[in-house]
Amino acid sequence: MKTMINIALPKGRLGEKVYGMFEQAGFDCPSIKENNRKLTFENEEKGIRFFWVKPSDVAIYVERGAADLGIAGKDILLEYNPDVYELLDLGIGKCRMAVAAKKTFRDNPAKTLRVATKFTNIAREFYAGKCRDIDIIHLNGSIELAPILGLSDVIVDIVETGKTLLENDLVPIETVVPISARVIANKANFKFKSERIEAIAEGLARACREN
Amino acid sequence: MTLDDTMLKSGEQAVFGLRALYQRYGYAPFKMSKFEEYDLYVENKDFLVGDGVITFNDTDGKLLALKPDVTLSIIKNSKDEENAVTSKVYYNENVYRISKNTHTFKEILQTGLECIGNIDMYAMTEVVLLALKSLETVSENYLLDLSHIGILSAIVEPLAVSQADKKKMIRCIGEKNIHGMKELCASVGADETVCEKLTSLISAYGKPSEVLPKLRALHAGEEAERAIDELELITQTLEKIGYGSRVNIDFSVVNDMSYYSGIFFRGFVQGIPEGILSGGRYDKLMKKMGRKAGAIGFAVYLDMLELLDAHENEYDTDILLLYDESADIRELMRAVTVLSQNGTRVLAQKSIPQGIRCRQLLKYGNGGLEILENDD
Repeated sequence: MKTMINIALPKGRLGEKVYGMFEQAGFDCPSIKENNRKLTFENEEKGIRFFWVKPSDVAIYVERGAADLGIAGKDILLEYNPDVYELLDLGIGKCRMAVAAKKTFRDNPAKTLRVATKFTNIAREFYAGKCRDIDIIHLNGSIELAPILGLSDVIVDIVETGKTLLENDLVPIETVVPISARVIANKANFKFKSERIEAIAEGLARACREN
Repeated sequence: MTLDDTMLKSGEQAVFGLRALYQRYGYAPFKMSKFEEYDLYVENKDFLVGDGVITFNDTDGKLLALKPDVTLSIIKNSKDEENAVTSKVYYNENVYRISKNTHTFKEILQTGLECIGNIDMYAMTEVVLLALKSLETVSENYLLDLSHIGILSAIVEPLAVSQADKKKMIRCIGEKNIHGMKELCASVGADETVCEKLTSLISAYGKPSEVLPKLRALHAGEEAERAIDELELITQTLEKIGYGSRVNIDFSVVNDMSYYSGIFFRGFVQGIPEGILSGGRYDKLMKKMGRKAGAIGFAVYLDMLELLDAHENEYDTDILLLYDESADIRELMRAVTVLSQNGTRVLAQKSIPQGIRCRQLLKYGNGGLEILENDD
């Protein structure tokens, strides 16, 4: 029996789109479309096993070798800095990490900037690069609320269309980094299964070009 | 006393196996003190794997540290030897570092060797061979990735970009991140030939016989050619003694160019999700510490090996022997001694400990031994 290639997919719309690319590349697993409570899905003939995990957990599964391959947003990779290979930019799930503030906001460089964000490492590094003194406020959700209530001056968050911002009278003022979905691989497992992992990565790259 | 191998955990077995291996090649044991002056680590902060060092004041007020690293101590204690003498030592020490996962301090058992002095091709090949043999001691499924900092620096160093961008380039190489490298090259305005060299360095990995010609084709200058010559001689020698299938060339094995200069390598065994062996030539570190000689060495991280002990003991003990107050101690003692012959594990208790798993449950009473339960 072939050893399985374990692939961690991010739960949600992005993950479903990514699975479509696996299918297109010839690494399909029909049982994944059945509506049941199973957590892992195998295609023994192709030697692959998929499983859905929380998007922010994909990097952990891959770094610790429970998954050989995974699909993670660049935001997660920049925030958690896992020791993994980044084999491919899938070019989907595109958005950007941006600084946003109230329309009326005027930056005063003489003051410490209060920054609310879920991505503390990305924000810290971004402002360190500008030698700007900041006060980081870590929030787990509803980041947009912070500047409205005066909790922070700006936020650093993912902006897709900017609609949520607009509805709350906020505007993006600066792009921190563009984001898209990346294929990551565990470094050690890559050594022992390199041919098969490469074949999958190549298939996905082909699917990317075709789309 | 003879040791039963099955009693030892993978890490413990490895310690004995590696010690014997290094001694066979003439390496002498090096024992060091647990503490080192803090200054040693401050001066070479970037050489250390992590930032954190556990410090404390000695009785005379001097700031000491629990060692986070062994190599620096060995260099500090080395003398610049005259002639062509190299000092070859091995060690087996605990180091204290911040764990990447928990962000707290962790004690890590590390074994390794250092070869300091006049480093020639033989010494280099011997160290790489010992790295391979070390991995072989730990597991039968192992691989060694070999790279050369010289080729990397021949391409990256002359570029007119900031140190920070050079670090990002090295990072992309470490991640096999071709798309990231292309973006980076475009943003710093590096010309196309450079970008092509860097991306082909990322995709050049695998068997030396396939990768070396690709490296030659880069025409990266004299320094790089010398580096390729070194890789070629080492890999050909290893192939002749039967390690050909275990060695790959892979430039994602990178490290700080300000400390390392020549070959660099990392070892992997199947079943452990990260490298367990890391080493290379660190002449530049020697120079920073005021030594004229060259040096090469590696370390094996033994704490990871417990992941290989997948088959835990099914039972906590083979025999659980119950007795009560009325038992004759001498008779009970004799019973335990007899039962525990041949390596059977016998645990004598007055009542059954909670959650214990035993193969056999015996009761010692006035009438001798009585079997209460048998799991076989």
